[in-house]
Amino acid sequence: MTPADLLGGVVLAALILYALLGGADFGGGIWDLLASGPRKAEQRALVERAIGPIWEANHVWLILVVVVLFTAFPAAFSAICIALFVPLVLLLLGIVLRGAAFTFRAYERPGDRAQARWGLVFSASSTLGPVFLGTVVGALASGRLRVAAQGAEPWVWVAPFPLATGLLAASLFAFLAATYLAVEAEGALRDDFRRRAVAAGAAVFLCAALSGALSAREAPIVFEGLARRAWSLPFHVATGAAAVLAFALLLARRVRAARGAAVVQVALVVAGWGASQYPYLVVPDVTLAGASAPRATQVALLVALAAGAVLLFPALYVLFRVFKGERPFSVVDRGR
Amino acid sequence: MPDLLAARWLFGLSLAFHIVFAAVGVAMPLLMVLAEWRWRRTGDPVQLDLARRWAKGAAILFAVGAVSGTVISFELGLLWPRFMDFAGPIIGLPFSLEGFAFFAEAIFLGIYLYGWGRVGPRLHLASGVVVAASGAASAFFVTLANAWMNVPGGFELGAGGAATGVRPLAAMFPDGWEHEVVHVLLSSYVATGFAVAGIHAARLLRRPGSALDRSALGLALAVGGAAALLQPLSGDLSARQVARTQPLKLAALEGQFRTERGAPLRLGGLPDPDAGVTRGALELPRGLSLLAFHDPDAEVKGLLDFPRELWPPTRRVHLAFQVMVALGSLLAALSLAAAWLALRRRPWPRGFLRAIVAAGPAGFVALEAGWLVTEWGRQPFTVRGILTTAASVTPVGRLGVPLVLFVAVYVLLGAVTAILLYRQIAATPAAGDAEGGA
Repeated sequence: MTPADLLGGVVLAALILYALLGGADFGGGIWDLLASGPRKAEQRALVERAIGPIWEANHVWLILVVVVLFTAFPAAFSAICIALFVPLVLLLLGIVLRGAAFTFRAYERPGDRAQARWGLVFSASSTLGPVFLGTVVGALASGRLRVAAQGAEPWVWVAPFPLATGLLAASLFAFLAATYLAVEAEGALRDDFRRRAVAAGAAVFLCAALSGALSAREAPIVFEGLARRAWSLPFHVATGAAAVLAFALLLARRVRAARGAAVVQVALVVAGWGASQYPYLVVPDVTLAGASAPRATQVALLVALAAGAVLLFPALYVLFRVFKGERPFSVVDRGR
Repeated sequence: MPDLLAARWLFGLSLAFHIVFAAVGVAMPLLMVLAEWRWRRTGDPVQLDLARRWAKGAAILFAVGAVSGTVISFELGLLWPRFMDFAGPIIGLPFSLEGFAFFAEAIFLGIYLYGWGRVGPRLHLASGVVVAASGAASAFFVTLANAWMNVPGGFELGAGGAATGVRPLAAMFPDGWEHEVVHVLLSSYVATGFAVAGIHAARLLRRPGSALDRSALGLALAVGGAAALLQPLSGDLSARQVARTQPLKLAALEGQFRTERGAPLRLGGLPDPDAGVTRGALELPRGLSLLAFHDPDAEVKGLLDFPRELWPPTRRVHLAFQVMVALGSLLAALSLAAAWLALRRRPWPRGFLRAIVAAGPAGFVALEAGWLVTEWGRQPFTVRGILTTAASVTPVGRLGVPLVLFVAVYVLLGAVTAILLYRQIAATPAAGDAEGGA
């Protein structure tokens, strides 16, 4: 295993964590947009309460992906930024408007029109952001991005497969968010989000089937990876089992266990994408080895990441223990 | 608009926007922690009110800073892919460490802002301290990357212009890094301290009895003023470092065209690059040689010793430098006055409060001017002497479109942030203080 492979693994792991944490925050925004029924206001309030303390920390996983990419695989970073300029700018606008609007809404006067407008900006950008993120991923996997010195065709990502993966990303994030919110809600509100999780799970199934079918024609290398490698079958079985389990648990109203299954399912989906396009960063021109920075940089980066992780994970534990823990936070610090 | 110019405008505006929030992210947590610490020690409800009010401001500003910083990290590749392809492996290390500092900031700010009732007093205060420290660490790491662009090292230039023999640790600490880092950190405390002091001085003028504003003004002036008094020292060290490592930049910022011994220090004036003279400046004889080399007869290299196509834009660099130095000196003088008044332990005179209100934006103007000095002063290069800005830009065309889009977003975000801050901090009546000075 080379430093490049390890760092490729770091990028994938950070993307999985971004999907599970940051993705769910975007998904919360989708449920803000789709809030309906007699408990519309309560649904929105729960979304706000759930993501308020953690969304900024969750967002940093994406920054980590960007930083590791340009440090360890600079040729890939520049190729991606040139070839996918348009969807990346759109993703960026979504990220900026989502974060800013969420904060503005929280600090506007409650109930006035400006606050409602920021709510709409928040939920609309939360919906579009994942679509563009998924589109970027789909375009990277498609094999249609050819890296040329004189720039790239700007609209090559507007194709059925990348757009299908865009919808897949949005539905995955909505599914995750609904299962998380079902755990955090109580009573009738819990049932609202439990039913939404079932619906989003069905959407995930449809989008995954669509993406898979399109990949056979539009992303042959990734399809090959998904279908014909030694690990392919056990991997699909595991992902499918997690999905079925999540469904069954949701229907059985066991939301906490369902959340666990959903996490495993989404992590396996993202990991499966990464594994199936290994060793390519951009199919078919850029590989991990081909885009690698000098070994000295990659080794130094691995050391820095290891040192950072030692500080990061305990801090994340405290954050989630404080805001998502079951009992009041009394382990580290007893209140007066 | 040519794409190179559009890319420079877009990146320049993105940074000019973000740098304000970044500086606030360094200094504001320190102020809010100091207020909370006072409250924990004394139980004075005014200090609690102040800490919570400042924390609300920090929350809004940090969120906008987080998303505008994300724009920068993407724009590095979207606008300057050739630069990142070259420089990423060399200066990626400080950026990665900055990523962890950003994690720490975001995690503990979440705990600080939403944890008032959820965590105990020690963890709460400690979270604030971590936010303040990691904000400073972020600025530290990012400035290291900028210092490398000014004085690149830690690699050899191989055939075909690629970097070989990369030594990431050597590149992380280029010659003179400590001066630039200290200067940037101090500028954040000066700018934020005086901006906050300006707001509370304005409130004191309207309501002289407000205990909250008196306390706030004292804290903000202590932080901003201490930094403003140290800043000329740091500026002197920085200028000497620039004189040693980047003589062309020094010549541009001082408007020095001819190489001479005993060069004068020029205050103001307008360089005329075609005629090769700086007109209308107040010249202090031998001042520049003395300041830059601590020797009144030292030789200072002039612009005319360098090929014209390598000159930075002399007028803009010189003017920005003059603005920075003038405002920095003004704030240092105000800080001395504040220290003298504080020692006398008398209420702030109204004239002093008016001066503080007027000086409120000066720190940020000086900070932006200083940033322009270092960026314009490095032109036409992104990596000095190695890679030009023109060779760094993306081949993607029509960059005017994202430029217009992002300018619209920045105008919107800037305006809304200002309105919300005004409502949250400036306009709501303070709890627990005597109304109308009674």
